[in-house]
Amino acid sequence: MKVNIIIFTDRSLFYMNYIASIGSYFIMIKEVFRKPTKWSIMKTLILKEIDELVFGSLGIIIFISFFIGGVVTIQTALNLTNPLIPESLIGFAARQSVILEFAPTFTSIIMAGKVGSYITSSIGTMRVTEQIDALEVMGVNSLNYLVFPKIIALLLYPFAIAIAMYVGIFGGWIAGVFGGFTTSASFIEGIQLDFIPYHVAYAFIKSIIFAFVIATIPSFHGYYMKGGALEVGKASTTAFVWTSVAIIILNYILTQLLLG
Amino acid sequence: MIEVDNLHKSFGESHILKGVTTSFEKGKTNLIIGQSGSGKTVFLKCLLGLFTPDEGYICYNGNIYNDLSPDQKRNLRQEMGMVFQGSALFDSLTVEGNVMFPLEMFTKQSKSEMQDRVNAVLKRVNLIDAHHKYPSEISGGMQKRVAIARAIVMNPKYLFCDEPNSGLDPKTAILIDNLIQEITQEYDITTVINTHDMNSVMEIGQKILFLKNGHKEWEGTNKEIFKTDNEAVTDFVYSSELFKKVRQMYIEERN
Repeated sequence: MKVNIIIFTDRSLFYMNYIASIGSYFIMIKEVFRKPTKWSIMKTLILKEIDELVFGSLGIIIFISFFIGGVVTIQTALNLTNPLIPESLIGFAARQSVILEFAPTFTSIIMAGKVGSYITSSIGTMRVTEQIDALEVMGVNSLNYLVFPKIIALLLYPFAIAIAMYVGIFGGWIAGVFGGFTTSASFIEGIQLDFIPYHVAYAFIKSIIFAFVIATIPSFHGYYMKGGALEVGKASTTAFVWTSVAIIILNYILTQLLLG
Repeated sequence: MIEVDNLHKSFGESHILKGVTTSFEKGKTNLIIGQSGSGKTVFLKCLLGLFTPDEGYICYNGNIYNDLSPDQKRNLRQEMGMVFQGSALFDSLTVEGNVMFPLEMFTKQSKSEMQDRVNAVLKRVNLIDAHHKYPSEISGGMQKRVAIARAIVMNPKYLFCDEPNSGLDPKTAILIDNLIQEITQEYDITTVINTHDMNSVMEIGQKILFLKNGHKEWEGTNKEIFKTDNEAVTDFVYSSELFKKVRQMYIEERN
């Protein structure tokens, strides 16, 4: 009986830690928007972050989207063995998969790794080397100075997702046509078939929310980390895991809300 | 002037500061010494407002810090300069960018006025050719001097230094000590330095506060510290062979 009570207490503490972290995260978000940094400085920081976080990620986004689009097309074509199913369905399936899921969600998971770990390690290193303390001593709202430009920069993330959609479908066309799975005309007919513009809007809404998550969860793990260089690495890994978890859960909720 | 009264600070179960009462005078270099874990850094961070004391108060020129409004606290923070142990320079900014940062952030000066001020303080800390270098491209001693320049660029009333000599060779350490003392007198500011370095104690310790296990164990001047009979202080001061010999010579001279 006594052992049971101890286990219950440990588990309660375990859950309490998670609840406390979620609470701290929302307090951090509130602080980010309080006491803004001077605009002339903030403008430079935002442009720097756009360059680093968005333009710096276009290469990997294009590379991944191209091949994912190609693979989706090949997989669809290989599974459509019934001659009664029109060939244009290959293009249709590629378009729907890329626009609805692969471009916004899959790319965001990749970005959680690439951009998220960069954010956690850069802010975490600033914490370890007392640069954040230096900002605080000067009277600067360090959360606004460090996190706000990242949030604003990632508002351009849907543009990257638009490129991912285009490149993904283009990759599908290349794989479908040059792989001999479909004709160019059928594929293009497929990508125009029953097109619902709202699906693109749905993808962009998801991208904006994922962008906020990618900017803030890694920032939280970097800002509140304790320890040295080893802990910076651990914080980056933890940030990636939690950002991915948040993206996957939000993806489910948003899909239910926006398409359900 | 900074007055500290009955300062207590705990982190969870560990009681770090246990009722420290002292004062730091304007125009003097005030040193906080003590063994590792004695509460020096926590005490300094309380003075800086980075930690909120559990009990007691800190008074800056008659204003109790905890009674100030957030705006007043922010204004007071802008009157403080801090030199961190590892310099804490911003990696993404050049030497000039680091020193200019507080001016850009808090003043409405024109670019040329800021540039003049930056040039003046960098000249003051004997850094003339490093304007466009990044912190990673300069030596530890130079980084400390940039940190001092950044700390004084806003004409602070209070200067805090956390182990400004750590990681420096003895010659550079003396240069940094002398620079801090000169700046303290020149700008007539209240300087509080957290140090382990006994050379600093001898050279610039106009007032010394010795902390032990979170208590104020002793306070006095650099002349008095070598004469005190306080066992904890003598244990700390004469832990090095060099200072043991200095004490021996002092006793022989007195006899």
